[in-house]
Amino acid sequence: MDHVIQLDLGRLTVRELNNYLHHELPNVGHVSNVPGSSGHIGNVPHVEILNPNGMHSIAVGLDAPSEIDIRGHAGYFIAGMNKQAHITVHGNVGWSVAENIMSGTVRVKGCASECAGASGHGGLLVIEGDASSRCGISMKGCDIVVGGSVGHMSAFMAQAGTLVVCGDAGPNLGDSLYEATIYVAGKIHSFGADAQEEPMTAADVARVADLLTKSGITRDPKLFKRVASKRSLYHWHSDAGQEY
Amino acid sequence: MSDHIHREESYSFNRHTLEYIQHAAEHGLYDIRGLGAKRKLPTFDDLVFLTASASRYPLEGYREKCVSKTVLGTRFAKKPIELETPVTIAGMSFGSLSASVKEALGRAATEIGTSTTTGDGGMTPEERQSSKTLVYQCLPSRYGFNPDDLRKANAIELVIGQGAKPGGGGMLLGQKVSERVAGMRTLPAGIDQRSACRHPDWTGPDDLTIKINELREITDWQVPIYVKMGATRVREDVKLAVKAGADVVVIDGMQGGTAATQQCFIEHAGIPTLAALPLAVQALEEMDVFGTVQLIISGGIRSGADVAKALALGADAVAIGQAVLMALGCNSSSYCQDGERVDATDDYAKLGTAPGYCHHCHTGRCPVGITTQLPELEARMTPEWGAKRLKNYLQVLTMELTTLARACGKSNVHHLEREDLVALTIEAAAMAKVPLAGTNWIPGQT
Repeated sequence: MDHVIQLDLGRLTVRELNNYLHHELPNVGHVSNVPGSSGHIGNVPHVEILNPNGMHSIAVGLDAPSEIDIRGHAGYFIAGMNKQAHITVHGNVGWSVAENIMSGTVRVKGCASECAGASGHGGLLVIEGDASSRCGISMKGCDIVVGGSVGHMSAFMAQAGTLVVCGDAGPNLGDSLYEATIYVAGKIHSFGADAQEEPMTAADVARVADLLTKSGITRDPKLFKRVASKRSLYHWHSDAGQEY
Repeated sequence: MSDHIHREESYSFNRHTLEYIQHAAEHGLYDIRGLGAKRKLPTFDDLVFLTASASRYPLEGYREKCVSKTVLGTRFAKKPIELETPVTIAGMSFGSLSASVKEALGRAATEIGTSTTTGDGGMTPEERQSSKTLVYQCLPSRYGFNPDDLRKANAIELVIGQGAKPGGGGMLLGQKVSERVAGMRTLPAGIDQRSACRHPDWTGPDDLTIKINELREITDWQVPIYVKMGATRVREDVKLAVKAGADVVVIDGMQGGTAATQQCFIEHAGIPTLAALPLAVQALEEMDVFGTVQLIISGGIRSGADVAKALALGADAVAIGQAVLMALGCNSSSYCQDGERVDATDDYAKLGTAPGYCHHCHTGRCPVGITTQLPELEARMTPEWGAKRLKNYLQVLTMELTTLARACGKSNVHHLEREDLVALTIEAAAMAKVPLAGTNWIPGQT
């Protein structure tokens, strides 16, 4: 029988919670098999965090295989710098969810505020609803799938990884992009400096299909547009003017 | 008309300005260079100590002990930083500097008992291994930033800006973006890399509070968190950093150096270190946290006298960057190879400069092998040789500091105080908020 560890933020502080997740959870040997949370099923400890009530920095800096369900809306920096853990927020989140994510999965069942997945190096961030501005800013290799739309300046200076947007993208998408790739199913308001639409190849369709499958989001991958860097700002030149 | 009129140089459009305008017209791009402001500014040289005499008595300069131990990060961290000297090494990136130089900094700092700091390129294994006390910078670019290195750090420095370019982001030109540097930064090798000037996951001071809290949660509240800023609106900025929860505030004056940025930034943004320090102290006093939140000042610190004056004005420690590079041979006419001095003036000439004038860190072709990623140049500065030189220099700074402190009658360098100083110029008196020598006059106050 599955054993779920319940931690109630109505009684614990965030510091006590994180301390448990950092130092005690890796030693817990219980097995979880809970379908329908993050989608991850495995022989890992399963934790439910109750009454998050918009608190910040919940489940940050985790570094152990585990299944974490946050039951309710949460604040800023949820699941920051995550490694290995599979974290699901059953609600909305504030700024910078899964910032600097290294591996594992972070799933937001609702919507995310600004800077979702900022500077993420690896792993997968899924936002089932909308994400606000600067989604995927500075990303460095993580994958982000947004079920809805993203706000302005999304994927700003994104260096590596993939941002999949099933809805629309706001102004200045992909400004100063490096080697990250963006796929958008809906309308693109405008491109930022050095970003451009490029033809979808079979490899692009396969990449989108794979990420949609991993995210549990049903969408035709052939509907997406590919956005990547023109690479015209990789070297200084006088014609670029204000782009610098 | 006389020849005098025919050959009169314009003050506004002098030869320097003409060259600037004609260079801009020729190339259509602004100038980029390394190091710090070259213009004449009020500095710590404009202050002198009122050492002991009949009204104060000194300590024996060669016998009595003068404590230089420095503790940073006592406000919230479980493990504050404990140093043997208040002279710390400022953040400089692997990328701008070679891996050998980073290793040399770590070795020297460890030997002398102080800290060194990473930079805009992440933490190298050489640096971590060689540094007993290593401060890990969290910069807007977040190049190479990761939780494993974060947990290895002895302190975290959240960088909002630096004195050479407050409000601007970092820059590393393609010739320095080697495969290793590019790999650590997740960028293609050889591109002209432009770092962000704002953090990707927070913007205003309220967000900063939450960001600091997140870093504390990730590191279990163990290590101090510094907030580093370029000196502009210092009083307001220090108060915001304190309110956001900083353990240590680092203020970098406009003389602070850089590996590369726009010349217009270096010479025209920020305020001098001398003016910045009293404003930071004032902010801490007004928040009633002077002594609780420690203050590090940087930007053009060169000598033990500079360090002593900074401490007398209220700093807990200083950070040095450019002077560290100069101790390693920056702007020297030669470098050391197998124990022999080798002349490097031709290599300076190839850059269009000469020893004593070079600021070509941005080119990656440092004639003495410091600010380079080219293996043949990096070999000109070995970690062993560099560490010895830097250790000597740090030792001299600390000796000069304690010498001056003893002469002021202090058995602890942190007992130096503003009352020990007077200014030689009206400008310095106004900025440092100490009396003009021979008077009781502090411009703007008395």
